[in-house]
This record gives sequence, C-alpha cells and structure tokens, in this order.
Amino acid sequence: MKRDKEFLREVERRSGQDLQSCYQCGKCSAGCPVSPYKDFKPNRIIRMIQYGQKEEVLKSHAIWLCVSCMTCGVRCPNDIDIAAIMDTLREMAVEAGYSYDAERNVVILHEEFVRSIRIWGRVHEATMLGLYKLRSLDLFTDLIPGIKLMLKMKIPFIPTLIKGAGEVRGMFKKTYDRKQ
Amino acid sequence: MEFSFYPGCTAHSTAIEYSMSIHAVFDALGVSLSDIEDWNCCGAAAAHSLNNMLGLALPARNIAKAQEKDLTLAVPCAGCFNALKRAEKALAPGSDKREQLENIVGFTYRDTLRIKSLVDVVVNDIGLDAIRERVTQPLAGLKVASYYGCALVRDPNVTGMGDHENPVFLDDLIGCLGGTPIDWSAKTDCCGADLALTHGAIVEDLIAKIVGNAVDAGADCFVCCCGLCQINLEMRQAAGTGVPAFYFTELVGLAMDLDGRDRWWSKHIVSPVELLKSLGLAS
Repeated sequence: MKRDKEFLREVERRSGQDLQSCYQCGKCSAGCPVSPYKDFKPNRIIRMIQYGQKEEVLKSHAIWLCVSCMTCGVRCPNDIDIAAIMDTLREMAVEAGYSYDAERNVVILHEEFVRSIRIWGRVHEATMLGLYKLRSLDLFTDLIPGIKLMLKMKIPFIPTLIKGAGEVRGMFKKTYDRKQ
Repeated sequence: MEFSFYPGCTAHSTAIEYSMSIHAVFDALGVSLSDIEDWNCCGAAAAHSLNNMLGLALPARNIAKAQEKDLTLAVPCAGCFNALKRAEKALAPGSDKREQLENIVGFTYRDTLRIKSLVDVVVNDIGLDAIRERVTQPLAGLKVASYYGCALVRDPNVTGMGDHENPVFLDDLIGCLGGTPIDWSAKTDCCGADLALTHGAIVEDLIAKIVGNAVDAGADCFVCCCGLCQINLEMRQAAGTGVPAFYFTELVGLAMDLDGRDRWWSKHIVSPVELLKSLGLAS
C-alpha cells in the first residue's frame, strides 16, 4: 500500500476540519443511513485519511454514496463536519481523474445536472435526464415513474433561460473549469 | 407583510402542487411573496459534490439579488434553503471564503439579508395564532407523520432551525390545523433523494424504513417541506402502500377550505383523495 503523508494535511486544509481529533467512536457510521451499502463507513474513511491511503479513499464508492444528510457531523462528539470532508474528497477525486472509477452513474448525473444549470441558469429536468440516460446507457430504469410524471404535466418540455445565464457561465469558468 | 421568495427549480416541475398551494395560502392570508428577480438554480447536491466553490457561488448569486430588497427571503424547498444558508455562512463576517466568493459572483455582501425557510415564516412570522383564526375546516381525524428530513434542520449551526433530533414545529402546525400529529422516530431520517435516480434499490430500502415507521406509529399520511422528499416518499414507497405525502401548505389550504384543491391532489403520485374522503375532507 502506498502511503501519501501529505493527504491528511491537504484534506484538513481544504475541508477546514481537524481530523486528528477523531477517536473512532463510530457514531458517524452508526447514524449514516447509507452505511450498510458503503465499502468503507465514515469512521473508517477518517482513519484511512490519517493513514494516507489516498488512492483507496478517492477511488471508493463511499464518497459518492454519501447523501450529504449531515447526520454524521451533528452527532460527532468532536464536531468534525464529515459531510464537508466528503465534499472535499469528491472534489479531489474529480481532480485526480478518478471520478468514473467507482460510481460512474452518480458522477454522470451530477455532471448533467450542473451542465443544465450552466446552459439555462436553472435545471431543465427533461433534457438533463435525457442526457444522463444517453451517457449512462441506463435507459430503462424508472421509465414508468418518468412517464407518470410527464402525464401529470410535472416535467416541463420547454426550458426557462434566465437573463443572467451569461453571469452563471462566468461563475462556472472561475470555479468548475479551473479544477477539472 | 411581504417577503422575498426563492421558488427553486422544482416549483415549476415536480413540486408544482407545492407552488400552487403556497400562492393560494399566502394570497388568502394577505401576505405577499415577490420572486427574486432572475434567480438561478441553487446547485442542489450536484454542484457541491463536484466543486465546492461552485456549490457556494450558485446560491450566493441569489443572495446578491435578494439583498437588493429590504425583505426577509423565504425559501420553500428544504434543499434550496440549506444551500442558501451554507452560502450565507460562507459569506458571513470572518469567513475565509468570503472574498473569493464575492469575486466569483461579482458582488459585495452586506450581511443584512435574513434567509428563512417558508415553514419557519408560516409558523413563527405569520404565527400559529393567525393561522388558527383562519381554520374553517379542521383536519379532524387526519393522523399525520411530520417528516423533516435532513436539509431543513441539519446542520443547526447553518440552518438555525433549533432541535435537529426531535424538531416539533411541523407537529405544532398540524395540531393548530386540527389534525393529529403522530409521535414517531424517523422524522429526521434522510430519504436518500440524491441517490434516487442512480441507486433506486438503496432509496427504496430507506423509504421502506421511513414509511414503515410512520405506519407502525399510526400515521396515514406525511407532511413535508421539500420537493425532493415529497416525490421520493410517494414514488419510492412499495406499490399499494398508499401513504400520501402532503406539502405543509396543502394542509394549511385544506384547513382554510381554499379553492382549487382538486388540482393539487391530481398532481400527487399517491392520491390523497380516498383518505380525505373517508374523513369528510374531500367530496
């Protein structure tokens, strides 16, 4: 196993969290609603960061299965905001080029969601979901619920373009484009 | 009374009945809501998952627009509310992200805007006493599980919504409308909406736990304040379960006997009509 001694410092700096204060009580993992489905539970991710297991952490399913519900952080006796750490780890995974390694479809959905915002300023569900389906090739999942929503006129066909779409694109250039 | 309003993307799509009931209730109460001009998407889960600064900049642009008016900003969707509050915290005096964020969005934060969840506005600004006075059709016999979920309450240092393990403001509202709030234990469990499209099986497990817990506690419906929670609760429950999820403004509108309710009910994936008929609350 390759140990990256800088990893802990980088995660601490970018997330603003003191990971060394974790004493492995496991409360984060006990409360995490998606713990049973993860390859590494939150307390183990913290330990792996302390050990410098950068590649294992950034290529894990766990960081993409986190639903950002913040149950972990509000229950942590040492006030570690674990959801903020997960945000940092996802961002680092994207930068390292690992985004499609573990949870390709989760990442593709996020990408199509932000692409929709970048184009229109708001999310347009119909085109966003269409592009997600084409890229993921997951064509048939949720077809019937999707049709139900369309029949109830809950998925608008015509997108709304905001006047400040150019401003929004400018914000993407200063953030998203720099880190890819 | 007047508030600034951030509708959020679901207001015109999957949560259209939330939008319709909000405007019906606020019109009836004589409280005006004016949309933030040219608002953009808050970024939801996607933006902060891929790029932390983008996840703060998108809501911050809405804060820049909203601070131009001297009005409290009311946010109906829990997800949008959480994103806006996180951006507000990143802009607060002393934050090391403030300058960078101001540069990205191109504005100067004045720290004068108050951002509140719409349910907070109804319960605390308009007030339960004012709502109680307008109830003409008490929700007698309606047993409601108040579903708070995650983004509305957590992290309380960000949301300012108080008790994050056992919040009761929705329960208080249901009581004020003449309904029966159910005491149950999954009220702040996450519904897993972020994974609904990519990991349906996980989300069905989470929803089964939440719905099962509510039904065991005696509830026959949910009340919530989030476009994602609502659609997830109704769409991902096992077929034939039949536990509808109301937006809180739908129940306020029902108790105030407002017009146009059939249009709200017709938008639900799990129709609440039979349940309401059995209690004499629909014809």
